[in-house]
This record gives sequence, structure tokens and C-alpha cells, in this order.
Amino acid sequence: MAEIRVEHLRKAFGDFVAVQDSNFAVEDGEFFVMLGPSGCGKTTTLRMIAGLELPTGGKILLGGEDVTMRRARERDIAFVFQLFALYPHMNVRKNIGFPLLAQGMPSAEIRQRVEETAKLLRIDHLLNKSVSGLAGGDRQRVALGRAIVRRPKCFLMDEPLGTLDTEFRDLMVHELRELHNRIHATTVYVTHDQMEAMSMADKIAVMNHGVIEQFGTPREIYDRPATMFVADFIGSPPMNFLGFGGGLAKGSKEIVVQGAKVAVPEVREDIAPAAMALGIRPEHIRFDDASKLRGAIYGTEYLGTTQIVAVETADGIIKARVPAEIRLNTGDHVGLALSSARLSLFDKGSGRAVRTAIHDAAVEARHG
Amino acid sequence: MSLTTAHSVVAPSANSKLIAGTIIVAYALISIVPLLWIFATSFKTPPDSIAYPPKIVFQPSLEGYCNLFTTRTRQTPEYINSLGPATGLCDETVRKRNMVIAGPSNFMPRFVNSLIIAFGSTFCAVFLGTLSAYGFSRFKVPLADDLLFFILSTRMMPPIAVAIPIYLMYRELGLSDTALGMILLYTAVNVSLAVWLLKGFIDEIPREYEEAAMIDGYTRLQAFWRTVLPQATTGIAATAIFCLIFAWNEYAFAALLTSGTAQTAPPFIPTIIGEGGQDWPAVAAGTTIFLVPILVFTILLRKQLLRGITFGAVRK
Repeated sequence: MAEIRVEHLRKAFGDFVAVQDSNFAVEDGEFFVMLGPSGCGKTTTLRMIAGLELPTGGKILLGGEDVTMRRARERDIAFVFQLFALYPHMNVRKNIGFPLLAQGMPSAEIRQRVEETAKLLRIDHLLNKSVSGLAGGDRQRVALGRAIVRRPKCFLMDEPLGTLDTEFRDLMVHELRELHNRIHATTVYVTHDQMEAMSMADKIAVMNHGVIEQFGTPREIYDRPATMFVADFIGSPPMNFLGFGGGLAKGSKEIVVQGAKVAVPEVREDIAPAAMALGIRPEHIRFDDASKLRGAIYGTEYLGTTQIVAVETADGIIKARVPAEIRLNTGDHVGLALSSARLSLFDKGSGRAVRTAIHDAAVEARHG
Repeated sequence: MSLTTAHSVVAPSANSKLIAGTIIVAYALISIVPLLWIFATSFKTPPDSIAYPPKIVFQPSLEGYCNLFTTRTRQTPEYINSLGPATGLCDETVRKRNMVIAGPSNFMPRFVNSLIIAFGSTFCAVFLGTLSAYGFSRFKVPLADDLLFFILSTRMMPPIAVAIPIYLMYRELGLSDTALGMILLYTAVNVSLAVWLLKGFIDEIPREYEEAAMIDGYTRLQAFWRTVLPQATTGIAATAIFCLIFAWNEYAFAALLTSGTAQTAPPFIPTIIGEGGQDWPAVAAGTTIFLVPILVFTILLRKQLLRGITFGAVRK
């Protein structure tokens, strides 16, 4: 196993820049997820790490070795494709053993390794079956088997659960993470599904338009989104934004939104007057008639334990996640109370988050 | 609850089935009657073959096959009687016509020429076609569309238009009347078909298969050999049949460029007519035997052929 380091990685296809100036490091044994909408450059990045695509610029280091221009077969990595790429003319055993055959391993040893791997993935009863008859989950396990049988430096996975049914997908998310906990293989996993990313990742990179918007743990990304894109992309429903104007002074603890004073985490930088946005997660909104921030109920989605309530305010609709027991009628006027300690502030122009006490608390927690 | 599957296609009515069946049977009859007639003629005696009205029921004879494989000379009955007992079935048959077998005919060598040239050129066309189709399918080839069009354009004129230049070139190069010359020629004609057909088949094979193999430690050529080729067998078989049928049946160039050692069966068979009267049974026997290899090859690969014909019509 090895760490992966990507430095100033760039890829252009003609005029189109798929990946620009990407920098990140995946530590040895870490489960790293690249998350973003389709076309954001995450798969291109993965393919460059694999050696299936050559970068236009930048460096890729695998276990400290510069492999930027090496051929795929010289990199000692394993890749799990979205469509699994199981060879239909071989049975399960031959599919899993295929990478070992390339190394010229004696057939007795291949047999043993394939059987160990199959046992690990609980597919040893399928070894002599044809791959075309397998169910989606089992195909996925065979593809994983072909990846882990060689004990490569790292695993690269390109939306490996994308084609599975929701039911199977939840199961495989659990299995993949469990497998990772057992073999501690450095893994780079590409997905557009935030649920998969949040539940499996040690670290996440959120990408958009070829740029890494944020790199961090799932908790950091959810609690302290670095940009409005990340705040909007992560979370279901996503973070609400309420616009406000005027600058921010270092040390201020209050802003005015729609004529109502809202307490926010202490601002730690000076911001010149500009269009700003207050970011609120749906679960950080309570209904409180005393609040001056008001709106009318627009609709509700009942989810069992909670309900999502859409409230029409002067600045558009915002969604709140509140306990399911509260009885609400469309058109009711409600006051909105916000959990001050959990709010984010953004510069609307650049989309960048304003530095507040939340960020410093995180730094202190890490170092303290 | 109905148990029908999710087909949107309405099942054909009995009436339309009847019409379709009638058309198919009629077409099959039109196609197969000439073949059956040739087959029947090959077992007739020469007088039976030209009898009028034509004989549907007749005494089968192997005279046509005897005449096909031998050359004969006419002798006086006295000489034939002095020869003693006949040495075999054919000997006995030809003696009845006051002839003796002088030696083997040229049919076998011509037939072998056909086999060598048709299979040789098919192999070359499919081999080159597979490699170039893979290249066009997987790599960024500069001017790929223009090149593909150029390859196809070689099919746009009637081949006979270049017969004279090719005849002169072949004479100059010493390729006239050689198996190598004919293999090169048929390969050149077939390779365009092979590239286009195979490119379609290879395009359908996801490139993830080779990518997976290359990541797993194989070179591109090994990946091609182990993952692409096994999945392209259907396409390769279909392409091979089309190439083989063309090369096997080709008449014009063969008649023009071969006359002796490299002559193929198609220009040879008609020449049988001239030897001692219109020997239709011998011609029919030659044609019947000539059909066998293509028939066997097609039956062996019929599934692939069907897939080749309907290729592109059905999406998974």
C-alpha cells in the first residue's frame, strides 16, 4: 500500500479544461472520495492516476515515486470500473485470476490466491460460474476480487455502485467500507452520490468545473463548507441561503437579514461591503413565533421521523427540517429561529466562505 | 395478473404470419430450384441432361463426375474390346461411349487453387481488417474519417474498370497467373469491407475491457489478444464469410489474370463444356462440388452470419 500525492495536476482536451491545478494527498490506507456532479473532472483525475489518461501538466506520485508518465501496467494499481468490465468469455475464477496471470504466477499459487480472495468477499461458491449469469451485487464482488487479488499499491474505483439498485447499493456501501477496514488499502473512489461519499470516506474532495472546491473530512465538508457550491451540493435538502448586504467587521457577532437581527459565529476577518449570503442547514431552523425572521408555510414533506417544511420568505423559499409531530398548515405564518453557532457566511460574488469562530474552533480542536 | 413480458411489440396476427410464410417459401423455392436442378443434372447422363421435355425422374449416373475428373480419348470398339475387363466404375462408364480414360482432368488442381486463394485472401483481409478496425476504433487517428472514406471509396467503382491496368501491372510484376497475385488482389478488394464491418463490431466492445487488462499488467497487444479478440469472434466470423464468398465466387479477374497454374475453379468450370460435345452433367458436377466448401463454412458459422447481417439493427 502507498500514499498518493497529486501536485498541480491539469488536463485539457483541446480548449476544454477538464481538470485544473488539482492538489491533494491521500495518505496510506485512507479511503478518499472524489465527489462532484457529472463532468466536474473527477473521473478524468482518477484516470490520470491510473495511467489511462496522460496529464497536460502536473505530477502524480505513488508511494513517493513519480509515475506521471508511466504506463498503466507499470503503476501497480487496481481499477474497478463502473460497468465492472468482467470478461464475459471467462468464468469467475479466471476473471479474478487474470491480473495474476499477467505476472506469470504459477497456476497453483493463482488458484490459492483466487480462493482466498473469493472467501474474503464471500463469493467462493460462485468461482466456477459464468460471469454473465451473476446478479449485480455479485458482479461487483467479482470486480472487487479482481482488484484485491493482486495486493496492489492502491485501489481506484469509478462509480462502482452506479449501476446497482438502491437496495444493493446500500448493502455494498456497507460491505466496501467493511472491506476497507479489514485490508486498509489506499482507495480513491469517484462518485456523484453524496450519501456514498459521506458514509464511506475518510477524506472527501468536492469538485466542480475541474476545480477542487474543498478537501476535508465528511464532517468538515458538511459543517464548514468552504464555498457556496459545496454547501449547496452536500446535504439533502441542501443548505439554505438568505441574502444580506453590507460589509463585515472582524469581531462582529450579529448581522441583519430581512430586518431581523441574527446572531452568528464571531467573524474573524474584515469584509468590504458586498452582496453576502447567510447559510443555514435545514436542521438548524426551529419555528419560534418570537423571531422577527418570518415566512409563510409553502409545503411539507413528511419523512416519518422528521418533516421537511418549505417556508416562503421575502428572499425565496427556505427548507427547514423539524420534528414530524409538529402540525402545520399551508399558508400559516411562522417565525424562524436559527441555531446561531452553526451558521455559515458567504461572499456571494466569489462564493467563498467567510472565516468565523467555527473555523478557528476546528483548528483549536485539532491542535488542542 | 398477466405473465407477458414487457414487450411493446404486438404479436403478429395469423393472417400476417400466413402472408410472411408464403413469401418466404416462394423466395426459398426461387432460390433453391436452380441449385436443385444443377444437383439433379450432375447425376444425369448427357442424353438425359438435354432431353426434351426435361426429365424429372431419371436413372442416376455418375458419368458427369467421371467426366469432370478425367480426360478421355475416343477409340474404336475393337480396341476397347481388346483391353480386357474395366478397372473401375468410371472406366466402365466411359467405355460405353467408346472412350478410354487418358488421365486426370485439371479440375482438382483448379479446385485446390480456389481453396488456397479464397481462404488465403480471406485470412489476410480479416487479419488486416481487424487490426486497422481496432486502430480506428480506439486511437485518435489523424484524418480518421477521410481515411475511412478513402478505404470505402475503393468499392465505389466496378472492379472491372481497373482490370486493364491491373492486368498490365501484374504482367510487369510477374504476378500474372500466380496464387500470390490473386490473394493480393482479393485481399485488396475485401479489406475495405472487413475494416468497416469490424470497426462496427469493435466499437461495440467497451474499451474498459482493455483498460482493465492494461491496468492489470498486460501490454496493449496482450490486452487486445486476450480481451477484445475473444469478444469480437462473432464479428470476425461474419466478416470472414462475406470475404470468403466474394473471393470464392469471383469470376472476372480470375478469368483475366489466371489461365494455367493459378487458375481458379470459376473460370475453369465453363471450359468443360467445350470438350467433346456439351457435357452439361460434368459442368453440373463441377458446380455441385464447388458449392460444398462454402456451404459447409456457412452452416458452421450460420449464427455469426445472421448476427453479421442483422448487426446494428438490435441494440442491447
